[in-house]
Amino acid sequence: MTWRSPLALLRDALRGQRAREKELRNLVSNLPYEGLEKGKQPNRHFPGNAIKTTKYTLLLFIPMNLFEQFHRLANIYFVGLAILNFVPVVNAFQPEVALIPICIIMALTALKDAWEDFRRYQSDRKLNNTPCLIYSRKEKQFMERRWKDVRVGDFVKVFCNEIVPADLLLLHTSDPNGVCHIETANLDGETNLKQRRDPEFKPESFDSLVVCERPNNNLNHFKCYAEKPDKEKVGAGIESLLLRGCTVRNTDTAVGFVVYAGHETKSMLNNNGPRYKRSKLERKLNIDVIFCVILLFAMCLVGSLGHFVWLQKQPGVPPYLVADSNGHLDSPGLSAFYMFFTMIILLQVLIPISLYVSIELVKIGQIFFIANDIDLYDEETDSRVQCKALNITEDLGQIEYIFSDKTGTLTENKMVFRRCSIMGTEYAHKENGNPLHCAILFKQNELTFVYSNLTNPRETEVIPDRKLLQQISRAESSSGRSGSREMDPYLEFFLALAICNTVVVSMATAQRRRVSAALNIKLLYDKQVSFRKPKRNRIFSEDSVIEEDHFNPPVKTEGSGAISGLQTCSLHAPSQDGKPATTSDNLSYEAESPDEAALVYAAKAYGFTLMGRTPNSVTVSLPSGKELVFEVLDTLAFDSVRKRMSILVRHPITKEYVLYSKGADYAIMELLGTPYQKSIAADTQRHLDCYAREGLRTLCFTKKVVSEKEYESWSVNRQRALAAMENREELTMDTAVQLETNLSLLGATGIEDRLQEGVPDTIVALREAGIQVWVLTGDKPETAVNIGYACRLLEEEDLVINMSCKNTLACTSILDCALEEVRRYSNDPRNVDTTPDISLVIDGRTLTMALSSDLQERFVDLAKHCRTVLCCRVTPLQKSRVVKVVREKLKVMTLAIGDGANDVNMIQAADIGIGISGQEGMQAVMASDFAISHFKHLKKLLLVHGHWCYTRLANMIIYFFYKNVAYVNLLFWYQFFCGFSGTAMIDYWLMIFFNLFFTSVPPIMFGIMDKDISAEMLLGVPELYRMGQGEYNFKTFWISMLDAFYQSLVCFFIPYIAYRDSDIDVFTFGTPLNTISLFTILLHLSIEIKAWTVVHWVIILGSVAIFFIVTLAYSGTCITCNPPSNPYWILQTQMADPMFYLICVITTVVALLPRYIFHVLRNSIAPSPLVQARHLDKLDPSTRNQWIKEWRSFRGGGQGKRSGLSTPPSPTLEMPVEILPQSPTASDITGDEFTLNLHKGQTGQSQKNRH
Amino acid sequence: MVKQEQEIASRPDNTAFTQQRLPAWQPMLSAGIVIPGFVLIGLAFIGIGVALFVTSQSITVMELDYTGVERTSPCFRCSDPNVKNCVCQLDFSIASLFKGPVFFYYGLTNYFQNYRRYGVSKDDDQLSGDLDSFTSPSDTCSPYEYDSNNKPIVPCGSVANSMFNDTFKLYQIVNGTKKQVPFDGKGIAWWTDYNVKYRNPSVTPLRDAFNGTVKPLFWPRPAYELDPSDPANNGFINQDFLVWMRRAALPDFRKLYRRITEGDYAQGLPAGNYSLEIAYNYPVLSFDGRKKVVLSNVSWMGGKNEFLGIAYLVIGSLCIVMSIIMLIVYAKFKFPEEE
Repeated sequence: MTWRSPLALLRDALRGQRAREKELRNLVSNLPYEGLEKGKQPNRHFPGNAIKTTKYTLLLFIPMNLFEQFHRLANIYFVGLAILNFVPVVNAFQPEVALIPICIIMALTALKDAWEDFRRYQSDRKLNNTPCLIYSRKEKQFMERRWKDVRVGDFVKVFCNEIVPADLLLLHTSDPNGVCHIETANLDGETNLKQRRDPEFKPESFDSLVVCERPNNNLNHFKCYAEKPDKEKVGAGIESLLLRGCTVRNTDTAVGFVVYAGHETKSMLNNNGPRYKRSKLERKLNIDVIFCVILLFAMCLVGSLGHFVWLQKQPGVPPYLVADSNGHLDSPGLSAFYMFFTMIILLQVLIPISLYVSIELVKIGQIFFIANDIDLYDEETDSRVQCKALNITEDLGQIEYIFSDKTGTLTENKMVFRRCSIMGTEYAHKENGNPLHCAILFKQNELTFVYSNLTNPRETEVIPDRKLLQQISRAESSSGRSGSREMDPYLEFFLALAICNTVVVSMATAQRRRVSAALNIKLLYDKQVSFRKPKRNRIFSEDSVIEEDHFNPPVKTEGSGAISGLQTCSLHAPSQDGKPATTSDNLSYEAESPDEAALVYAAKAYGFTLMGRTPNSVTVSLPSGKELVFEVLDTLAFDSVRKRMSILVRHPITKEYVLYSKGADYAIMELLGTPYQKSIAADTQRHLDCYAREGLRTLCFTKKVVSEKEYESWSVNRQRALAAMENREELTMDTAVQLETNLSLLGATGIEDRLQEGVPDTIVALREAGIQVWVLTGDKPETAVNIGYACRLLEEEDLVINMSCKNTLACTSILDCALEEVRRYSNDPRNVDTTPDISLVIDGRTLTMALSSDLQERFVDLAKHCRTVLCCRVTPLQKSRVVKVVREKLKVMTLAIGDGANDVNMIQAADIGIGISGQEGMQAVMASDFAISHFKHLKKLLLVHGHWCYTRLANMIIYFFYKNVAYVNLLFWYQFFCGFSGTAMIDYWLMIFFNLFFTSVPPIMFGIMDKDISAEMLLGVPELYRMGQGEYNFKTFWISMLDAFYQSLVCFFIPYIAYRDSDIDVFTFGTPLNTISLFTILLHLSIEIKAWTVVHWVIILGSVAIFFIVTLAYSGTCITCNPPSNPYWILQTQMADPMFYLICVITTVVALLPRYIFHVLRNSIAPSPLVQARHLDKLDPSTRNQWIKEWRSFRGGGQGKRSGLSTPPSPTLEMPVEILPQSPTASDITGDEFTLNLHKGQTGQSQKNRH
Repeated sequence: MVKQEQEIASRPDNTAFTQQRLPAWQPMLSAGIVIPGFVLIGLAFIGIGVALFVTSQSITVMELDYTGVERTSPCFRCSDPNVKNCVCQLDFSIASLFKGPVFFYYGLTNYFQNYRRYGVSKDDDQLSGDLDSFTSPSDTCSPYEYDSNNKPIVPCGSVANSMFNDTFKLYQIVNGTKKQVPFDGKGIAWWTDYNVKYRNPSVTPLRDAFNGTVKPLFWPRPAYELDPSDPANNGFINQDFLVWMRRAALPDFRKLYRRITEGDYAQGLPAGNYSLEIAYNYPVLSFDGRKKVVLSNVSWMGGKNEFLGIAYLVIGSLCIVMSIIMLIVYAKFKFPEEE
């Protein structure tokens, strides 16, 4: 390394800083500079690929960790006190001794931090040393290096099933179509294979300048262009970027240019730490800590004033007053001033230092139990409940409002094609979805469909409508005969179904490959994979496949079987039935949304099978068996503004440019061009409305023939838009809108989204628990209302207020009317004991008006009276706005639950966000505090765990306050008998031990393990949830404080009177006090413990044993070790004295008697529902269940007698409401099993047939 | 097999502990259940209370105040701080036999031996015979660390310095002549103090260890001459010194001075007239204190203590009353179990 002047170094550093900050980055290849020193490297300013997620370094651990810890106010307070203790005039204890508690607590925290950091360090090192291939100019080939050696500007080669080491701009793939499939499971949990297209870069002789944007954390956007030496610019977007952490699938090799490395990669920028939220209980707790501070100051003031008065009253200079070294005594005023600080040091434990540490420990324990609940475990996806936020467990017990998404949350989001309407004719598909008919129909139609048993049979179960089949065969024969240019709309409709999507076809073998790959990688890169486990464990369902893979370890064999883009991942595991055939049998579809998959399967059912998709072509086989290869000219992707997607293809026979579009009905209907379709459109619209009322999801399909000239001109615009650096999204969208006009309607589809198992039950239970459930959905009001009835969100006899208005004025008047009626109803004396069951249905546009600042109040007021609110057609932003408004205006605890990216805003806005790890990727889960796999799990999570966590923590905190006050007050009362001089009659070490060892574990155990009411009871009687919400409040806090004062008075004054006028010495007097305190505090806890398990006994008895063992050992060994206190042989002497036991017994009994009697009387005279529930819990399970059943039916009868609040005719509810038949029943479940067996049988049969 | 491993990977253990289904005892505090408990506790407490009360009644205590602030007091003359080496005499009579062994205490009121700075003011190392601490006492002893000539004070500190130095002699007046009651001064301090905590330096003669040190300012004699009658009772293991060094917990306290266990008085003090001769040295006017002498015999429960017996009786009766109340409650309010 040559010497460089410091100035040059500084200049270089500044330049580097500027280069990193710039909006656009210019990157060139490193190859020409290979071997040169660092200062000559063009990309030296950009960080390398080594990552460091550790917080600390080995050398700086102590100072940095201390710095970190001193961010906590409590730590500063205690260190401040410890330092204060070093000031001789105010010290209360040996200065060094006063440091012990804070040192122990900080050392514990530091140990925890160090351990966590070490884990991070280990995983970093593992990751950084992962091998990868980097091109070397010297060697003229790719050389094996480590991930940490990768720099921006390098060329990196990745093989199939390898993990991408940095963000790579794709240059070359082994695939002839230039496609590289990647799986982003590590990043966003999605397992879809996405295509990354290869822009036309030339590898190896790469001499372009790559200009890209500054690194950002948006996983879905990337903008860059490559400028060749001849100034030609080629744009590239996110579709050409291989993200770090993704896995390459179905592609033998890919070569990329490193754009971002290390911490600048998108995955690292997205890697935020755990979320921190402060729970409601903690906010209340902090207020009470402030009360404690006030109390502490008051007590110190009393001590200080007392000292002043005491000094004043002394007639002379008594021999026990100690002067300073000059023989000079401080004036009473000054002494009293000093005494104030001494008192703070003495009574510091009043501020519960260990409370915060204990709460953290308790929450860890609570999370352990939540995560280990087998009822919240989902077999199907092999996932437990995930707790991402570590400190809001008790908020689960405080929920008052739930905001739920509909699709994927209440429903399964497993789409089943139900009905369709083609050219104004409805095909009801009556047999569809009825598994019993399956086999018969298959034979009748002579269409043998064999479904890959690797995918969910439900997704594929489409039984074609007979009438429609005939229609198609007729259409096909006629079109085949005439060979006319005009395609039959029926055929077109199914072509559109098959083509107009982004579904990727993958072979069964390719999927099997994924299994072995996942396993191998798991061994290699444990962290990366365990970060997010593969979601679909159906892949693992065949043992044989896995076993076979053991004989065929993944070998990187380049280009051996590069026949098609889908089979490039060479090694075919020999499947059971011989060689893999590229027939429709083996096809499996990987769709980004389940709707698309359902449509493709529907098309397949009618013989229009999507055979393959590359970026440039779509292959479809027709019912006749003919395969058509459509050239794909462009794909106008779906976005939430346009609400539609289109695909522009060139028909292989007619050579026409055809644009197929599909989208939401309202997004499509206004774009229809040809007027002769008016009647068809009207018919279709009627069908669509009907579908919506049945709760089906609707989509419209259109076609447009684009003339060549039109295409040419549009294509130029399109290219320009795609290469644009600024406003690219808007420009591309504009071009899409330009083309999507004058569409001609083909038809519409209705897809069913089934209710999830247990949803109605859960909703009823939550409502009985006093929680208001709101549903916010993007669907149409009709669909939403129907789902609402199906999941018992709405009941038949409910009053449903339908708000859908065009302008603010109408909205205001409706709001006022509704409010007026609700008020009148609730003020009516006849309706005192009945609650009105009012439900509100509101659409997105009206919601916008209702949430405007002038109507907000009224809307919230109305919503407060409603049992259910359904918001339809709402955008993600509106969802979060609703949550925020309700949360802020009503001051309630809110919970938002959703599964999709559109719920992320809402999840983040609520007090608790819950993500459902379902079909729509993991974005909701990533943003959530808790992630569950089914909506029904919410019931146990809230009603049982929420109740438990809250009750436990609330009681633990109250107890903690009590404990500290009760103990510290002993010292305070003693001040009245020692001239307020700050004397402690208990050895300071024993005082520290008292808090740290003797009495710290029982409350933590109490906070983790206490169980007031059994889970069965809580689930059976959801009303208990509401009852359990107020355990920690102003009253309970102050009652426990008063009790603490009373107990400390008893614990001090009974021994005081007993030992008065005797020859007792200071520490001999303190020892029984300490012992009594221990017994009182532990027995107090014993009164509070509701259920004693083995653990409880061990810990409580263990604490007593440890107290005696430690105190006896300490008193037996410490002769002069802790002046001035000197506990030598004191406990031993006391334990030999019967008086000690007599005093301990009576004091403990007197101290606890009031609380004990209070509990007894309260439980006997006015038992709260919670207490009654505990009584019932003691009954044997069968009697208890019987009781719950009776109680339920009694309640149900009461509800039946509802007053006649007239239901105003609502325009949307005139049609008789059909409740969806798919509520989960036993027959449903057996039906599933049946289909499963059936399919297996089918597969076997077809395999035989093929042989 | 791999499949199983995969499934087990995240399936929670179905154990009673992780599923929070450990068998548990759920005590329900309600009137019906606690009645027997209350009755039992009540009866036990009343029993203990009676025993304590009876024992306490059998203990005789006699207190003689000799502060001398009242003009009528025989020690009035001595309470003047300017009078040195004053001896006063207190006469009293015992009506019936004062059962032995009789413990002889001196008592002080309003004396805050538990004052924090006072309590700190000693050097435990010095008192355990560490010669290094003789020459340089701990600075906690300040201002009784060095004298004005900068010589170390041994034993240093306020506690030692303020040692109680009144002495007592008890005479029985038998036919007009004084008969001294023999005092037993052995074993009045804690055994551990005498044998473990406080040690004289292992230097003979003891006074050599104190070379170069001075006696505490308040003391008439150095530590090695505390008890001229018994050479073994000197230095830091002098019994009176040990008793004083064990600081009293409360401002009104008594400390054991002697026991009367020998000779004619082993069975107790017979009825008759007695005379107490007090060498009055310790000033108490500066803190409004009072000095007294306490004669008491002891039982298994220590000194006379009526409070504890009464407390047990009261709480025991209260428990019985509570159980009656519970019975009423029990009869009046039906409990869910019985429904």
